[in-house]
Amino acid sequence: MFQTIKRLYHQFGSPRYFYEMTGKMQPWLIAGTVLLVIPGLIWGLLFAPPDYLQGNSYRIMYIHVPSASLAMGGYVMMAVAGVIVLVWRMKMAEMVARCIAPIGASFAFLCLVTGAIWGKPTWGTWWVWDARLTSMLILLFLYIGVMALNMAIENPQTAARATAVLSIVGAVNIPIIKYSVEWWNTLHQPASITLTSSSMAPEMLIPLLMCIFGFYFLFAVLLIMATRCEVLAREQRSAWVRQLVGE
Amino acid sequence: MNPKRKQKLIIILGGLAALGLATGLMTYAMRENINLFYTPSQVVAGEAPMEKRIRVGGLVVVGSLVRGDDLEVTFDITDKAESIKVRYDGILPDLFREGQGIIANGRLVAENLVQAEEVLAKHDENYMPPEVQHAIEQAGHPKKDKQEKAAY
Repeated sequence: MFQTIKRLYHQFGSPRYFYEMTGKMQPWLIAGTVLLVIPGLIWGLLFAPPDYLQGNSYRIMYIHVPSASLAMGGYVMMAVAGVIVLVWRMKMAEMVARCIAPIGASFAFLCLVTGAIWGKPTWGTWWVWDARLTSMLILLFLYIGVMALNMAIENPQTAARATAVLSIVGAVNIPIIKYSVEWWNTLHQPASITLTSSSMAPEMLIPLLMCIFGFYFLFAVLLIMATRCEVLAREQRSAWVRQLVGE
Repeated sequence: MNPKRKQKLIIILGGLAALGLATGLMTYAMRENINLFYTPSQVVAGEAPMEKRIRVGGLVVVGSLVRGDDLEVTFDITDKAESIKVRYDGILPDLFREGQGIIANGRLVAENLVQAEEVLAKHDENYMPPEVQHAIEQAGHPKKDKQEKAAY
């Protein structure tokens, strides 16, 4: 098991192997996205029963929850890539970390916007400075900071090392977001789904899980597309890229 | 692992642990500010300042809602230990109902009386179709128990 992981790690560390393998994986990931997100959203938005308390407004969670989950998951992935950049100096990790930032920022933004839209009819306010909302806003700012730092430094390798430090430092925010609703009293409700249980009716939960997994596939597709462009741009002088573009 | 890389990894993880500890202590020290609202028990114990903008949160006590002139309402909120009175002049949110968790933004004008300028409804993490909720109530399991636990 460990040997297989180690082998994959080394193989995917090669930009050429990464480019070729992800090219083969892409159609499957797109298929997974379409098969999960579209039925999940249609089911959730149109056919799942209304909530006993909130009526139809709770349906926005079918976008809000997956976005929140990915904004946080993407950040963890970026921080792990940052550790790999600093310790193992892997070029592929630099490219992946760089490409995660704008995608993660988009999901964080989507989460905040849908949250505000959901908050207005249920809580009675668009925004409140409670621990959950504020820490999520900090996450968006961290993503923007990472993007800005990447753009500010010309040399991609130097930029990658600088942003790696920022992303690792910012990772402290992730457990704060996750547990904010338990550690402090907030307006935001606690999590409905944990690894072992859920406090949602199954006919509402299943489309939500479909959306969450579907958004993970979507994230993978977006990340792969962006990273492949990055690979081509950074390896443009290597023989295999020249051959690929038919120079 | 190459000793130099090992050293770097240890530095990074150690740094992250130290940073986590520092953040933990800081947020622990500031917990009173991070908490969004005072609970009725805190207000009764005198922890909330008088005549300053504060938020209080709790469950609306069933049967305590009294409507006055125009839009004026008064109701009690409780955290199951203590309860305080809230007076509000304005439109209540749709989700406002007795038994529901709410947060009121306002000033403590007298002992255990909050004059609210804004009332926000809190909802919990339980989602279910109306029929299920109805069935649960019919079966004599008021789902309130679950809700009240969740409201804090």
